[in-house]
Amino acid sequence: MNELVAESLAGQPWLSLLTFLPLIGAFGIALRQMMAKRGADGEIGAVEQKQIDKVSRDVAFLFTFGALAVSVFIFVAYYDPTLGGYQLVEHAAWLGGGVSYKMGVDGISILFVLLTTFIMPICIAASRAIEKRVPEYMIAFLIMETLILGVFCALDLVVFYLFFEASLIPMFLIIGVWGSKGEKTFGGFVMPSRVYAAVKFFLYTLLGSVLMLVAILWMWRFAGTTDIHALQQTTFPAGAQKWLWLAFFASFAVKMPMWPVHTWLPDAHVQAPTAGSVILAAILLKMGGYGFLRFSLPMFPIASADFAPFVYALSIVAIVYTSLVALAQEDMKKLIAYSSVAHMGFVTMGIFTGTTQGIEGGLFQMLSHGFISGALFLCVGVLYDRAHTREIAAYGGLVHRMPFYAFLFLFFTMGNVGLPGISGFVGEFLTMAGAFKVNSWIAFFAAFGVILSAAYALRLYRQVMYGDLTKSGLMAIVDVDKREIAMLVALLVFALFLGVYPHPALSVFAPSVEILTTNYDAALAAVGAR
Amino acid sequence: MEPFVVLLPLFGALLAMPIARMGGPRAAEIATTALVGVACVQAWLLFFDVGIGGHARTISLFTWFQSGNFFADWAVRLDTLSAVMLVVVNTVSFLVHAYSIGYMHEDEGRPRFFAYLSLFTFAMLCLVTADNFMQLFFGWEGVGLASYLLIGFWFKKKSANDAAIKAFVVNRVGDFGFALGIFCVYYVFGSVRFDDVFGMVASNAVVVPWGQSVGAPIRELTIHFLDWDFHALTVIGVLLFIGAMGKSAQFLLHTWLPDAMEGPTPVSALIHAATMVTAGVFLVCRCSIFYEYAPNAAAMITLVGATTAFFAATVGLLQDDIKKIVAYSTCSQLGYMFFAAGVGAYGAAMFHLFTHAFFKALLFLGSGAVIHGMHHEQDIKKMGGVRTLLPLTHIMMLIGTIAITGVGIPGVKIGDTPLGTAGFVSKDMILESAYAAGEAGKAFGYYAFVLGILAAVMTAFYSWRLIFLTFYGPTRLPESVRKHPHDVPTTMHAPLVVLAVGALFAGMAFFGNFVGPNADKFWNGALYSASAAAHAPSHEAASAEHAAPAAHEGSAHEAAVSEDGHGEHHFPSWVIWAPFFAMLSGTLAAAWQYLRGDPLRLGLLRPGGMIYGFLKNKWYFDEIYDFLFVKSALALGRFLWLDGDGKTIDGVGPDGIASAVAAGARRIVKVQSGYMYHYAFIMLIGIAALVTFIVFRLGGGQ
Repeated sequence: MNELVAESLAGQPWLSLLTFLPLIGAFGIALRQMMAKRGADGEIGAVEQKQIDKVSRDVAFLFTFGALAVSVFIFVAYYDPTLGGYQLVEHAAWLGGGVSYKMGVDGISILFVLLTTFIMPICIAASRAIEKRVPEYMIAFLIMETLILGVFCALDLVVFYLFFEASLIPMFLIIGVWGSKGEKTFGGFVMPSRVYAAVKFFLYTLLGSVLMLVAILWMWRFAGTTDIHALQQTTFPAGAQKWLWLAFFASFAVKMPMWPVHTWLPDAHVQAPTAGSVILAAILLKMGGYGFLRFSLPMFPIASADFAPFVYALSIVAIVYTSLVALAQEDMKKLIAYSSVAHMGFVTMGIFTGTTQGIEGGLFQMLSHGFISGALFLCVGVLYDRAHTREIAAYGGLVHRMPFYAFLFLFFTMGNVGLPGISGFVGEFLTMAGAFKVNSWIAFFAAFGVILSAAYALRLYRQVMYGDLTKSGLMAIVDVDKREIAMLVALLVFALFLGVYPHPALSVFAPSVEILTTNYDAALAAVGAR
Repeated sequence: MEPFVVLLPLFGALLAMPIARMGGPRAAEIATTALVGVACVQAWLLFFDVGIGGHARTISLFTWFQSGNFFADWAVRLDTLSAVMLVVVNTVSFLVHAYSIGYMHEDEGRPRFFAYLSLFTFAMLCLVTADNFMQLFFGWEGVGLASYLLIGFWFKKKSANDAAIKAFVVNRVGDFGFALGIFCVYYVFGSVRFDDVFGMVASNAVVVPWGQSVGAPIRELTIHFLDWDFHALTVIGVLLFIGAMGKSAQFLLHTWLPDAMEGPTPVSALIHAATMVTAGVFLVCRCSIFYEYAPNAAAMITLVGATTAFFAATVGLLQDDIKKIVAYSTCSQLGYMFFAAGVGAYGAAMFHLFTHAFFKALLFLGSGAVIHGMHHEQDIKKMGGVRTLLPLTHIMMLIGTIAITGVGIPGVKIGDTPLGTAGFVSKDMILESAYAAGEAGKAFGYYAFVLGILAAVMTAFYSWRLIFLTFYGPTRLPESVRKHPHDVPTTMHAPLVVLAVGALFAGMAFFGNFVGPNADKFWNGALYSASAAAHAPSHEAASAEHAAPAAHEGSAHEAAVSEDGHGEHHFPSWVIWAPFFAMLSGTLAAAWQYLRGDPLRLGLLRPGGMIYGFLKNKWYFDEIYDFLFVKSALALGRFLWLDGDGKTIDGVGPDGIASAVAAGARRIVKVQSGYMYHYAFIMLIGIAALVTFIVFRLGGGQ
C-alpha cells in the first residue's frame, strides 16, 4: 500500500514542495495578522493580539513539523542512498541564457536538508519565551527555513546565490529585533548591542558574498550556464581558478566562520535569542562547509589543492586560537560560540585534505555539530529563561536543584569534548585521520584541540553545575520541564545513535564523496599535481 | 553469550537510576552488584575456556566506523590477554560494588554512585575486549569519563571538582599522543584492526603508506613524521606509549593520580589502583609486537617506567594521607609493570598487573575501612593504635602489606613455583627480567634493575610506615572516635577476605601459567616475542597474528628457563637475594623509626631540609605545571580574546572601518592605548604565517 502511494506520487516536484512549504505557513500567519480586528486607533487589541500570537506559534510549529514529515517521506520513499549523483532533480526554464530553476539533492546535501527540517520545529518550540512581535518572529523563522532548504537543494548557481544571500535577512532581523539588551558604541554611534551584532554579521557576510557574485558572473560568461552539475564538469583554466576560488572562499569562510573572520559569530550568538543561536550554530554555519564541497572542490580542484595549505593553517589557528579564547570566556554563549569556531576548524581542515576520511569526517562533523551545539545553546537558553543571565559566574551548584538538566547538559558537554560514543567524536577523529595522511603537522596541531576542548568545556560545566548552591537567586530554580526535555532528548537520541552507529550517515555520504574525490584526484592528476 | 560479559555492567549502569526511583537505593545497589557478579562468574568461565583451554576467538557485533578503508567493528576479542583483564576487572569490580553497599550507606547519591561504577566497568571491559584501536580508544575515553565522574562524585567539594577536571585534562594530554598513534597506524597500515596490523608486522609484510609510491618491509620502514624521517614502528610505539603514560600516571603525566584520591575510596580501589590505571600496561602488552621491533620505543618505556617506580616511591615516603601513600605506591608499582614490559618481559608485566590488582585493591579497601571506622579521618599521624579498634581490618592490611613489600623466601621452590606472597613472586620476576635485559645489553636494563631495587626498599619503608603509624603505638585519636569507632559491616569485610586470599596465593597459583613453564601455551600468541618468533620462522608465513608462538618473555631469563629449567642459576645469587634484602632493610628501617619511642619524632628527613621540601612538595610538579600550562593557557586565552579578537581583528576590521568612516583618520591616530598589544599580535600572525610556510613546503610534494 505504502509503496503504491509512493509510486503514484513519484516524479512530483518534491523538493520544491518541501522548500516552499514553510513559506506557505508564513503567508498564513501574515494573513491572519492583516485580518486582525483593529481598534479605532488602528492598533490591534491585546486580547486579539494574544490570540494571533498563539495561532502563529501553532501554525509555525505545524508547518515546520510538516516539513520534517515531508523530508523524511522523501528520504525514505524516493532517495536512493546507494547512488552518488543528483536525485529528485527538478528542472524548469527560468531566466534563460543558461540560467534555469533547478533543484536536486545528493549524498552531500540530503542529510543537511533533514537536519534543517529536524532542527526547525525544535527552534519553534524553544521560542516560548518570545513575547514581542510573535507573528513577525514566526514569519522570519518560516522564511528562513525555506531559504535554507533552498540553499541545500539548489542545483543552479543563481538560484543558490539568491537563497544563500536572502537567508541573511531573516537572521539579521532575528538578531536585531529579538536580540538581548545592552548598548555598544560603533563608529561613533551608540546603538543597542544586538543591532551592533546584527550589523557586524551583515557586513561580514555581505562583503564575502559580493565577491562571490562577481565570480558567478564570470563563470556564467565563461561556461554559458549556471547549472551546477554542468559547471562541475567544466574545466576552468588554472589561472582563473585561483581567483574564482578566492572569491567563493571569501563568502564561505565568513559563513563557516574561519579565523580571522570569525569575530561576528560570538557577538551574533550572544545577542541572538535562543532559537536564533540554535539555528545559527546548527544550520547556518554549515552552509559554508557545504559550499566548499559543492563548489570549491569540484569546480576549482587545482586551486583547492594549491590553497589547501593555506586553509590548513587557518584551520589549525582556528582550532588552537579559539579554543584558548574559549578558555577565557565569562559568558556561556560566547564560550560555546568560540568552541563552534574551533569545531568548524576541523571541518575545513578535513574537507581540504581531499581524502575520503577528511571529507566524510568534515560532513559528519557538521551534522553532529548541528545536534550538539544546537543542544548546548538550548541548554544555555534553559538557564537564561530562568535566571536571565548568561554570565558563568552567576551560576553554581545547579546540580542540586536540576538533576535531570545536569545529566543532559553533561551529555552534550561530553559530546562537545569529543567523547567516543557520541557523534562529535566521529567527525573529529576522521578529519584528523585524513589530515594525518596528508601531513602529520596538521593532525599534530589539530590534536591540541582535543586537550583544550576538555579544559574549556569541563570548566564551564564545573562552574555552572557543581559546587554549593549559594546564589540566592538560584535557590528556587526548577528542573527542565516536559517541553525542554522533549527538545533536548530528541537531540540526545541522534547524537548518541550516530556516535555508536555512524554508519547510516556515513553510508549516505559515501557514494557522493567517492565521485567527488575521484574527480578531484583525476583533475589533479591531469595537471600532474598528484 | 560472550558479549554479555561486557554488556551486563552496562545494563546495571542504565538501570540503576530507574530502579532506585522505583524500589529505593538498596534495590539499585543489589541489582548493579548482581549484574556485575554474573559478569564476574562469566569472566572466570571465559578465563578457563580461553586461557587454560586455549579457545581464543573474536565475536564481531556490528560495524562502528566505516569511511573508505577506515574500518572498525564493535567486537569482543577473547584471547588470553583480554581474558586475564576480564577476570581482573570483573572480580575487583564485583568486590568493590559489594563493599560500596556498606561504605556508601549514608550517602544520598548512592544510586548515581553505583551507576557510575557499573558504567566504568562497562567502559573498561570494552577497552580490554577491543579488536581494533578505535574500540580500545572508546573504552579508554569511557573509563576517563567514569573516572572524572567518580573523582568528582562529591561535587560540593571544590577540591574534588578540581581533581576531576585535572584527571580528565591530563589524561587528554596522553590521549593526544594516543590519537596521533592511531592516525599513524592507519596511515602506515591502512587499517586499525589488530589482526591486520599485527599480522603485517609478524610477517614483516611490505607496506606502502598512503600517498607513497614505494613501500618497504614494515620492520624497516621509515616514515616522514612532522619534519623528520623516523622508523615507523618507533614513532607508533612512542605515540601509543604517551597515551599509556597519561592513563597509567607515569612520570611527567602522573600529577592527576594523587589528586584523584578525592573520590570515594572504593573508586580509588577499583579505578585508581586495580584496573583503569593498568590500561596503559595492557596497551603496551597488546601492542607488544610493535615494541619487539622498535627497541628505542621499548627503551623509552623502560626509562620512564623505572623512573616512575623510583620517583613515586620517594614521594610516598613523606605523605601523611593514608590514601595518598597508597596512591603513590600504585604509581610506583605501575612503573614496575612498565619497565618489565619495556625490557620485553610482557608476561611478567601482566603477572604483576594481575597480582597487584589483588593486594592494591586490598590495601585501598582496607584503608577505606580505616577511614570509615575513624569517622573520615585520613591523616595517619592522627591515628595510632587502631589495631585494637579494628582487629580484622588490621590483619587484612598486614596481608596487603606483606604482599606489596614482597615477603617470600628466595631460592625455595615448590615444584617450579617460588614460595612467597603474590607481590614477591611477580616483583622478583620483574627485577630478574630487568637484570637479564641489562646483561643482554638492552637499553636501561641495569638502570631499571637498580632503580627497581631502590624503589623496593622505599616501598617496604612507606608501606610499613603506614601500618605502624596507623595501627600501632599509642593512639592519637580524639576520644569520641576512640570510644565509638564506626562499625565495619560484613559487606565491607567479606571483599577484603577474598582479596587477601588473592594477595597471598595468586602469585603462586598462577605463576606457572603467566611466567612459568606453561606460559607459551597459556598466552597462545597474545603476547609477542621477537626472539621466540626468530626461533620458529616457519610459522611466520602460515598465519597472520598467531604466527609466532610467543614466549612470555623475550629476555635472557626465559631462554634460561627453557634451557635447563632452573633459570635462576644464570643469575648471580645476589641478584636473587637483592629484592629480599631491599624489602628487609626498608621494613627494619620503618620499624626502627616508628615502633620505638615517639613514632612522630623526626627521622632522617627533617622539615626545612632541601630533600624534605623537595619530596614533600612532590618534586614541585604541580607548581611547575600550573605555571607552565594552566596559568599561561588562561593568560594566552585572555590575551587572544581581548587583544587578538577585540583590539586587532575587530579593531582593524569592522570597528576600525566604521571608526574611520565615522570620524576620519584623525581618530585612529588618537587611539594609542593598545599599540604594544598590536605588535605582539602581529608576531602571532607571523607565527601563523610560519606554520603556513612549513605546511606549504611539505604539502607541496604531496
